[in-house]
Amino acid sequence: MSAPAPPLLAAEGVTRRLPEGVTLVSDVTLAVGRGEFVAVTGPSGSGKSSLLYLLGLLDRPSEGRILLEGRDTAGLDGEALAALRLARIGFVFQFHFLLPEFSALDNVLVPMRRLGRLPLVEARRRALALLEALGMREAAGKLPEQLSGGMRQRAAIARALANDPALLLADEPTGNLDTRNAAAVFDIFAGLAAEGRTVIVVTHDLALAGRARRRVHLVDGRVVSDGPP
Amino acid sequence: MKLLLDLARGMLARRRRQTLVSVAGVALGVAFFIAIAALMRGFQGYFISQIIDVAPHITVKDELRAPPRQAAELAHPGGAVTVSGVKPRDRVRGIRAAGDKLAMLEAMPGVAAAPLLTGQALLRYGARDVSATLLGIEPARQARVSNIGKDMIEGRLEDLRATANGVILGAGLAQRLGVRVGDTVSAVSPAGTVLPMRVTGLFRTGLTALDNAQGYTLLKVNQVLQNRPNVVNQIHIRLRDVTRAEPLARQIEARFGDRTESWEEQNANFLTVFVIQNAVMYSVTGAILLVAAFGIYNIVSTVVFEKTRDIAILKSLGFTERDIQLLFLAQGLAVGLLGAALGCALGALMIEGLAQIRFGVETPAGQDRFMLVRDWRIYAAASLFAVAAAGIAAVIPARRAARLDPVQVVRGAA
Repeated sequence: MSAPAPPLLAAEGVTRRLPEGVTLVSDVTLAVGRGEFVAVTGPSGSGKSSLLYLLGLLDRPSEGRILLEGRDTAGLDGEALAALRLARIGFVFQFHFLLPEFSALDNVLVPMRRLGRLPLVEARRRALALLEALGMREAAGKLPEQLSGGMRQRAAIARALANDPALLLADEPTGNLDTRNAAAVFDIFAGLAAEGRTVIVVTHDLALAGRARRRVHLVDGRVVSDGPP
Repeated sequence: MKLLLDLARGMLARRRRQTLVSVAGVALGVAFFIAIAALMRGFQGYFISQIIDVAPHITVKDELRAPPRQAAELAHPGGAVTVSGVKPRDRVRGIRAAGDKLAMLEAMPGVAAAPLLTGQALLRYGARDVSATLLGIEPARQARVSNIGKDMIEGRLEDLRATANGVILGAGLAQRLGVRVGDTVSAVSPAGTVLPMRVTGLFRTGLTALDNAQGYTLLKVNQVLQNRPNVVNQIHIRLRDVTRAEPLARQIEARFGDRTESWEEQNANFLTVFVIQNAVMYSVTGAILLVAAFGIYNIVSTVVFEKTRDIAILKSLGFTERDIQLLFLAQGLAVGLLGAALGCALGALMIEGLAQIRFGVETPAGQDRFMLVRDWRIYAAASLFAVAAAGIAAVIPARRAARLDPVQVVRGAA
């Protein structure tokens, strides 16, 4: 009998403390499987975003460890963590953070070109397909400043998905969107989860969080509940 | 790398005006460097080539570098007896065994040597008296060690042999005396000998000091005029490789004992001035490029400051610190390269512009324009310096960008 597959992402006793002594995340242990759609909720300052940055390998825990696809990331250097982020993790932030000098299409191409897994022609085809799937086909050649808020966020999602990551992390992705666009973005996340991609979304909007299949609630950096919304 | 260059280009293009100002700063520095270096090196090169062409590469003189030790000192070395008022032995001046020394020098590869007797003479023509230095030469040998043959503007060097007591005068000297070729001047030596001498030719070297006060006659004639039969007081040497002059001069002096001076030693004062000139030139143009480098530092720093969010997102996407550092370094280098390219073109234009300038006055050197050097190495040095300065200027902000903590930036933006 073969051993059960490890969860895609696991946090074991993760604590994040700032040098000045402030604790952002305290002793968090959780495991997220493939295809899960998780909403991380909690009041302002509860450590939701800090936990997301730790799970996304943008930050390092002060204690505990993060395992991605069963691999302990504690001993990895900055280059190795960057390589993991590039190939396996996609980020979406509250602000779109699109590079203003480049079109939506070129923004989506940036991580693909950096990874260099696909030839440029194929990368372009995939980028256009991603944009099309998000209803952005017509706006592919436009600069971010020529796009609406919702379109910018969709372009940012397309960029996060460029390298076909196993894990998509979103930090308040609807914070700057109206209700209609926010719902549309959550539809996209739900669709991605349905396709088997793991999605973790930090949000303070409980109505939107209710659309996830699992909700992790934080208070003062600690997980106080973890289960169906 | 292509991606990083595209990103760098995009970021610079976004700040077009500031980028252009920085590029222009570098270009001006490079252009001025090129133009000034071309001017200075042109002048210095011309001057040195004149010296090398006109003067011998090495001169052996009938002097000693340090006065010989007196017999009294030799008899009582470091003794308790002090002998004062000892007069040096009166010896006949001139290079001893000059013929043997000449033969030895001629036997060296790449060396041509000629004997001379130099001496002062008062040249008199009508009511005009002009003091001059007369060089007694053997024309065939002298032609091998100097460019006097090429400098002749009237007559030929060989005419000295065909004319009894012939003399070739510098053009300026002839003008001061008011003589022409064919005229006869009266030469009076410090020994009191008076010789009528017929002007057989005129020369112009371009060096006023020589053209106004020097003349050539046959060695034998000068020996008679100076009343120093069979005496040679200088040996002029010309080398195939002029850079060997100084070491060879030291070698000859060590061997013969006669004071031997290379062209560098004889013109050390000019060469020192050139070193100072070059230091001033490089300091000034270096300062221009330094200011340009500050411009580059400023633009890259500003871009880093403005792009903190982009840096954060690039890092979250998986760009490494090295990628970020290269991205901003590339921007500095791009400004440096663009500035260098533009500066080279501008520098070339400035050189061509300077070349068009005419002073309208014929200088003694026969030049009425700037002497300019067109050497690719000047362009290469200026470009290298500019790109290096740009790179160094960009390193600090690039490192700062690479060390940016994306979490802090994203938190700040939220």
